[in-house]
Amino acid sequence: MIQAILVFNNHGKPRLVRFYQRFPEEIQQQIVRETFHLVLKRDDNICNFLEGGSLIGGSDYKLIYRHYATLYFVFCVDSSESELGILDLIQVFVETLDKCFENVCELDLIFHMDKVHYILQEVVMGGMVLETNMNEIVAQIEAQNRLEKSEGGLSAAPARAVSAVKNINLPEMPRNINIGDLSIKVPNLSQFV
Amino acid sequence: MSDIVEKTLTALPGLFLQTPGAGGPAAARAPFSSRLGGLIRGITALTSKHEEEKLIQQELSNLKAAVSAPTTTLKMMKECMVRLIYCEMLGYDASFGYIHAIKLAQQGNLLEKRVGYLAVSLFLHESHELLLLLVNTVVKDLQSTNLVEVCMALTIVSQIFPQEMIPAVLPLIEDKLQHSKEIIRRKAVLALYKFHLIAPNQVQHIHVKFRKALCDRDVGVMAASLHIYHRMIKENSSGYKDLTGSFVTILKQVVGGKLPVDFNYHSVPAPWLQIQLLRILRLLGKDDQRTSELMYDVLDESLRRAELNHNVTYAILFECVHTVYSIYPKSELLEKAAKCIGKFVLSPKINLKYLGLKALTYVIQQDPTLALQHQMTIIECLDHPDPIIKRETLELLYRITNAQNITVIVQKMLEYLHQSKEEYIIVNLVGKIAELAEKYAPDNAWFIQTMNAVFSVGGDVMHPDIPNNFLRLLAEGFDDETENQQLRLYAVQSYLTLLDVENVFYPQRFLQVMSWVLGEYSYLIDKETPEEVITKLYKLLMNDSISSETKAWLIAAVTKLTPQAQSSNIVERLIQEFTVSLDTCLRQHAFELKHLHENAELMKSLLPVNKSCEDMVVDASLSFLDSHVAEELSQGAAPYKPHHQRQEEKLSQEKVLNFEPYGLSSSSSGFTGRQSPAGISLGSDISGNSAETGLKETSSLKLEGIQKLWGKEGYLPKKESKTGEETEAPPIPQESVIENVDQTITKKDPSQLLTQSKEEKEKQLLASSLFVGLGSESTVNLLGKADTTSHKFRRKSKVKETKSGETAIAHNMTRSSFSSPTNVTYEEDYYLDNLRDRRDKELNDFTLSAELLDSESLTDLPLVEKLSNCRPSTPSLFADDNMEVFHPPQSTTASLANEISLASLLEETTEHMHSDLMEVCNNDTMSLSSYKIWKDDCLLMVWLVSNKSGLELEGVNLEIAPAENFKITEQPGCCLPITEAENTKNFQYRVQMEKPFTEGTLSGFINYQVMNTHAVQLEFSVNLSLLDFIRPLNISTEDFGKLWLSFANDVKQNVKMSESQAALPSALKTLQQKLRLHVVDIIGSEGLLACQLLPSIPCLLHFRVHGDVLVLWFRSSCSTLPDYLLYQCQKVMEGS
Repeated sequence: MIQAILVFNNHGKPRLVRFYQRFPEEIQQQIVRETFHLVLKRDDNICNFLEGGSLIGGSDYKLIYRHYATLYFVFCVDSSESELGILDLIQVFVETLDKCFENVCELDLIFHMDKVHYILQEVVMGGMVLETNMNEIVAQIEAQNRLEKSEGGLSAAPARAVSAVKNINLPEMPRNINIGDLSIKVPNLSQFV
Repeated sequence: MSDIVEKTLTALPGLFLQTPGAGGPAAARAPFSSRLGGLIRGITALTSKHEEEKLIQQELSNLKAAVSAPTTTLKMMKECMVRLIYCEMLGYDASFGYIHAIKLAQQGNLLEKRVGYLAVSLFLHESHELLLLLVNTVVKDLQSTNLVEVCMALTIVSQIFPQEMIPAVLPLIEDKLQHSKEIIRRKAVLALYKFHLIAPNQVQHIHVKFRKALCDRDVGVMAASLHIYHRMIKENSSGYKDLTGSFVTILKQVVGGKLPVDFNYHSVPAPWLQIQLLRILRLLGKDDQRTSELMYDVLDESLRRAELNHNVTYAILFECVHTVYSIYPKSELLEKAAKCIGKFVLSPKINLKYLGLKALTYVIQQDPTLALQHQMTIIECLDHPDPIIKRETLELLYRITNAQNITVIVQKMLEYLHQSKEEYIIVNLVGKIAELAEKYAPDNAWFIQTMNAVFSVGGDVMHPDIPNNFLRLLAEGFDDETENQQLRLYAVQSYLTLLDVENVFYPQRFLQVMSWVLGEYSYLIDKETPEEVITKLYKLLMNDSISSETKAWLIAAVTKLTPQAQSSNIVERLIQEFTVSLDTCLRQHAFELKHLHENAELMKSLLPVNKSCEDMVVDASLSFLDSHVAEELSQGAAPYKPHHQRQEEKLSQEKVLNFEPYGLSSSSSGFTGRQSPAGISLGSDISGNSAETGLKETSSLKLEGIQKLWGKEGYLPKKESKTGEETEAPPIPQESVIENVDQTITKKDPSQLLTQSKEEKEKQLLASSLFVGLGSESTVNLLGKADTTSHKFRRKSKVKETKSGETAIAHNMTRSSFSSPTNVTYEEDYYLDNLRDRRDKELNDFTLSAELLDSESLTDLPLVEKLSNCRPSTPSLFADDNMEVFHPPQSTTASLANEISLASLLEETTEHMHSDLMEVCNNDTMSLSSYKIWKDDCLLMVWLVSNKSGLELEGVNLEIAPAENFKITEQPGCCLPITEAENTKNFQYRVQMEKPFTEGTLSGFINYQVMNTHAVQLEFSVNLSLLDFIRPLNISTEDFGKLWLSFANDVKQNVKMSESQAALPSALKTLQQKLRLHVVDIIGSEGLLACQLLPSIPCLLHFRVHGDVLVLWFRSSCSTLPDYLLYQCQKVMEGS
């Protein structure tokens, strides 16, 4: 079972925090901080698995993380999940985000926090992997989006803001970042503190 | 990077032009849609945490006003919610918004509802009180015709739902399993999985539907149901063996690429599905040859198909290898799997290397030679820059440690320990080092030094067992007395040296260990006098950084040393110092020491040298007071009465007539043994007037105080004569280890050694010292079972000794108690009927009420078979596993001997109900069967071991693994030296339930040896149901009434009866027969029944028949028992 999914940027600012097991508010913040410090210490060329340590349940739990440009995606899982499987699940999640937001960047995660949650809900439900088929996930999200369009452009303003930011001339960032041996198409993630 | 930030920041203000400045009265009227942007912009512009806090607090107070304002529309509310979520994510409390989130989910349109639900799932937790307000909304949405609404409701249910409200939504969700949309079905399955996790009893009845989900035409629904099956099989694998065929077929189809291309991920067909299936197969095939055989083919195919081109294929491969090694072994597959592990270990990719090490770690127990193949890689990993890899390597080394490589491995572990700072790692590693050191220490010096390192690094975080075990080892010693003395001597010497070092701080626990050892064993050294040791201890006592607990230990050590010391200046100073201490505990100790110090003779006799393990004789009858008691009595004092006697007398005075004999309690008063001269009561409550008796009394108390940790009354087991203990092999001295190492090096290949660089040579050397003894001959060390024989410091297993001595006698005793036709407890006629017509098939079903549980799965079978068109029918398997339960004993086991012994045993036990014989495991030489005897105070499990071969079996031993919910007591006679050919022996265990549950498994193993050949071990498990522990409670209607009022936990439920049951008498009969309830009374259409859960938890049932509905009302003193019983009742009533 997946215990928690955390996304934070290179500075440790949380961008998505989702716990599937009850922790008190202050412990949650502590977990985010501790996880960030554990992950930050590690180079990109060492393994993507970490043992959870004392905060989330001890030796039975593992942190599996990936680093994309400015963001860390960390899944905290128990021993009933396959490490490599989760590693690819993170990839599926990020690719799905990319499909839904068209070149996803950190700003998308900030301004559309709710949408990111909806996408995550289609991938992981109550700590269990619900769907890994990317087309299926995107189809579900699109069905929800249609609904939203019919409601009118209330939430369109932040979307406009984001696309404006995207069009600003930012220095070219590497679009392909190699993580391990995998060539992952990384969308142009811009820096945002 | 920083310039990017800058540009983004300067661009932002322009983007949010429509937003007025955050905060301020104007903000309230600003368009809500842009407020999130404003908030984020505000936070971004800040430089310090403090400012952020201020801004968010401001924002939160604005939001608080906004959400509670009546003018706020739902649309605005939706936007507010998003901002609240953002604030909560940053760690600020937004609890004022929780209720509004629930309202939004309740009242909003689709989009608003979605935000509301999201906020609720992020804000609240399962036991939050506000969640109850959501239940109605969820019920409404589940009934909605809009798919999106149903989806949202299912999602929230699977995230958080209050356990007690499950019944409200359960039928609705069950219906969703038949929904036409697969996404709904899939989410419904996961929601039910959630229910299974938090309240397994409430979803037990829908297990059939899970099977339907497994056979769903949509792959996603099937995949979701695997979560449930994985869980259930993990809990009880034996119940789902019949599904193995289905899982294998599904996996075959997936591996064979029969799924739509949609499910491919990087051209690997449904990898996550494969992983899940492999994990399920692993659980099913564990220690089960028959089931394992079914999956060999598909595992082989998986290994073959997984072309190594992508991460995710490695994930499948890893699971596959793990499964191959977990199930009943097949050599071909093991070979292939071993090759695959090689690929992982040798891979340059760090993630795969990690998994390779992990795989090696659990494979190593089965195949230690595999580690030899990869020894160089392992050595490299030891120096890997990634600490995670290093730790995994140490974990691997820990598993291969033996007496020959211990020093190198422990050294590596200590190195890692010194670098690491995380408490969690330290605790873990310290425990491992201590364990290894105790098991395999090559010599005394090494052992003490290693333990010193453990204590000083592990300090106060380590598990308290470590110092305790260490001290026990020192105190009890092992068989060689001179060796003991040397170990103690070395410990004392090393501690004295450590204490000489100035300005070093040792952890408290270490100091406690030191002070105990010094107190007990300082007499062993000649070099330093007791005075010098006391001086050192005194110095520590004066140290402020030492806790008062440790100081108590130190004073105890000083007390022990005082009688040995010649001069006592220091002791006197210490007494002076501490008799005025503010710490009462220390002061007490100091006073004790002071009194003892005044009476040197007494002190010497009280604190003998090296007697920490000896029996302490306490005059419990206080005989020294006898003369005083006699004197007082002769002067007319009232004789002493113990407390309970006084109580009883007080009670009896209240009654008019006392018919109860109180001889029993008064005769057992006080102490056994000697008679007081006065001939009245033995104990005495005098405070002790004479100086002599007073001193005696206090001194004996003190003695207890000082030695309580290590004396008899403490946790030290009794020390008895050492006869029968095998002699230990003398430990291998250091030189021989080195020699050994050298030998292996030279053996390896000397030519290669010469040509290699120096660094390489070092590695080779390390390798040979690490992997020495890993060859075929010394694998014993790796197997947990045989470990004990190779312990250097072996604790004496005293319990066993006594047991084997008593066995013969006790065995006879049980025999005789069996044959005596006493206490027939089951007076009910039907029991006797049952016993008479035991062979009668129909009634047989009644006796087998326990097995009735299994019948559910039996009836399910045809249904599932029909539904599943994707798998081959496997009725034969099913029949083998479950059907035989219902056969009469003759057909289950062919062995003649079996029947004879059964007959004889049954004769002995006819006064009790028992189940039929059922075979639990077998092989060529023996078969093991079991049956249950429902005795009135416990459940007696009897295992019959029958030897089918013509040879003698030696050392047949049956062990039952301790189970969480049961208390298992071994009846004597459980280790039989020899079982003759064609003969049957039995083992008996009393089982009691500690915590109510519906169904549990008792597992264990049996091992034996055939005529000096290899030992064989067979594992088995037996299902136990709650009903095995339910007995009728024979009470009167009046008592029933009293009890009924006194119980707080009640459960009420209406049960529909089948037509055949639809009358009070038949319903009553069913309950009486199948659940073993005692019928207390029948009043009109109402019935009162009572039963008890062993040992003595009563449960009462009141029931009323209303047409074809049975109104059941349970009450008990135990909170969970009514629920479980209700479940059983429902089953019985619906089933018949």
